[in-house]
Amino acid sequence: MALLETHDLTAFYGHFQALYGISLTLQAGETVAIIGANGAGKTTFLKTVVGLIKAQPSAVQFAGEAIGSRRAADIVRRGIALVPEGRRLFPSLSVEENLLVGGYVSRHSGPWGLERVYQLFPALAERRDAPATALSGGQQQMVAIGRGLMSNPRLLLCDEISLGLAPIVIRDIYAVLPGVKAQGTSLLIVEQDIIRALSVADRVYCFQEGRVTLSGHPQDLTKDSIHAAYFGV
Amino acid sequence: MVGWVDTIVQGVLLGGLYALYATGLSVIFGIMRLVNLAHGDVMVLSAFLVLVLSTAGINVIAAAAMVAPLMFVLGYVLQSLVLNRTLGRDVLPPLLITFGLSIILQNALLELFSADSRRLHVGALDTASLALGGGIAVGIMPLICFLVAIAVIVALNLLFFRTTLGRAFRATSDDVETAQLMGIDNRVIYAIAMGIAFLICTLAGVFLGARANFDPSIGPARLIYAFEAVIIGGLGSLWGTLAGGIVVGLAQTIGAHINPEWQILAGHLAFLGVLVVRPRGLFPRAVD
Repeated sequence: MALLETHDLTAFYGHFQALYGISLTLQAGETVAIIGANGAGKTTFLKTVVGLIKAQPSAVQFAGEAIGSRRAADIVRRGIALVPEGRRLFPSLSVEENLLVGGYVSRHSGPWGLERVYQLFPALAERRDAPATALSGGQQQMVAIGRGLMSNPRLLLCDEISLGLAPIVIRDIYAVLPGVKAQGTSLLIVEQDIIRALSVADRVYCFQEGRVTLSGHPQDLTKDSIHAAYFGV
Repeated sequence: MVGWVDTIVQGVLLGGLYALYATGLSVIFGIMRLVNLAHGDVMVLSAFLVLVLSTAGINVIAAAAMVAPLMFVLGYVLQSLVLNRTLGRDVLPPLLITFGLSIILQNALLELFSADSRRLHVGALDTASLALGGGIAVGIMPLICFLVAIAVIVALNLLFFRTTLGRAFRATSDDVETAQLMGIDNRVIYAIAMGIAFLICTLAGVFLGARANFDPSIGPARLIYAFEAVIIGGLGSLWGTLAGGIVVGLAQTIGAHINPEWQILAGHLAFLGVLVVRPRGLFPRAVD
């Protein structure tokens, strides 16, 4: 049984249809990447999975349970966490408070706690009392990832975690993902940086204008097929 | 000179009462950006409930302790069943709902208790005073009211900054969508916040009724003082709300000292003056 499965998933912003029949599976222990250009529907897909956008109840299945019409707070309790695009840290909370609020629903026992996150990102331990938004962009991304891990999710969704960061910082951020996966957390990564996504993913989906245009194992995909699926040419 | 010092002391103590009026309003606005136009009427409702129990022979303080949890539940249910359904991008629906609630409460209280003025009697404390020396004395009840206002603000600060629930309040206030991604159910958070505001209204209602006469129609006027205190202090800032209450209280007593007819006007002028000099209030939140 797949950990996450979407069947013919559609999503709307008002009357505007953003997703057209997305079917995607993610097995427990897998890292799956979604690539695509701006406006392809990647973020909309993640928002629909976590319940910020309502879907048909059975269109999203998590560990065999239909969660498509559940509220975000309920879905987080079931073991999905999202590291949102732009980090969305809570500005009035300190670094440590941001991490602690990530563990608000710590019903899932697991390896992740405050000290474990500080081990993963030592730079955060030194600035634990600082306002979260006073940190550098890279450190803020570390807080966002750590906050996502604090609920000990079975599935961590990462939305554009490289966005706006220097290449050396992106390398450091991506370097921790194998460690996260090794702790039993499956990963669904949305990324515009194709090379970065292919380097960490077990399988890749390419979105274009709200549809899946390509999927497969990175080693099976040719540069031309990705180019065609990404740009639609 | 003694008269002026006495005026200032009384003004500060009156500010404590206004801060109590305003604290619940500040909590609600700070967490969910909701303006409760029925806030003054909820205080009056609390005062009447305490009056009913005290008329039945129960001590006012014991009556307040009985009414407070009831008011918490009332606030929680009101938010859960009614106001949560209206929250969204448009601020008008919740504003209209609370406006309607204000009218309903006033008329229901009028129907039940008539338009007669009432007073909560707290025994010897009604007239007890403490001599500060130099010909200045303060009433025990106003002093208790001021201390209770400080205690409420300290308690709320402890709640907001030292507890898991408090972090959830602040996270929801910062970014409700992301807070939901942390597993925080904003509907429950809002309901608890409204419950807390109603609970504080009970305290405010007791001091409102113990310091002066009250009747079913006085809620809106008290709401204006509460608004002024919140806005002078800076929206969402609790200590700012206390400062705002003191500014209004001081302005009123100083105005009354100069000319008794100027009491209310002076409070409003102080409010307008602060708005002109500091449009975001004395202690605005860093993030709005």
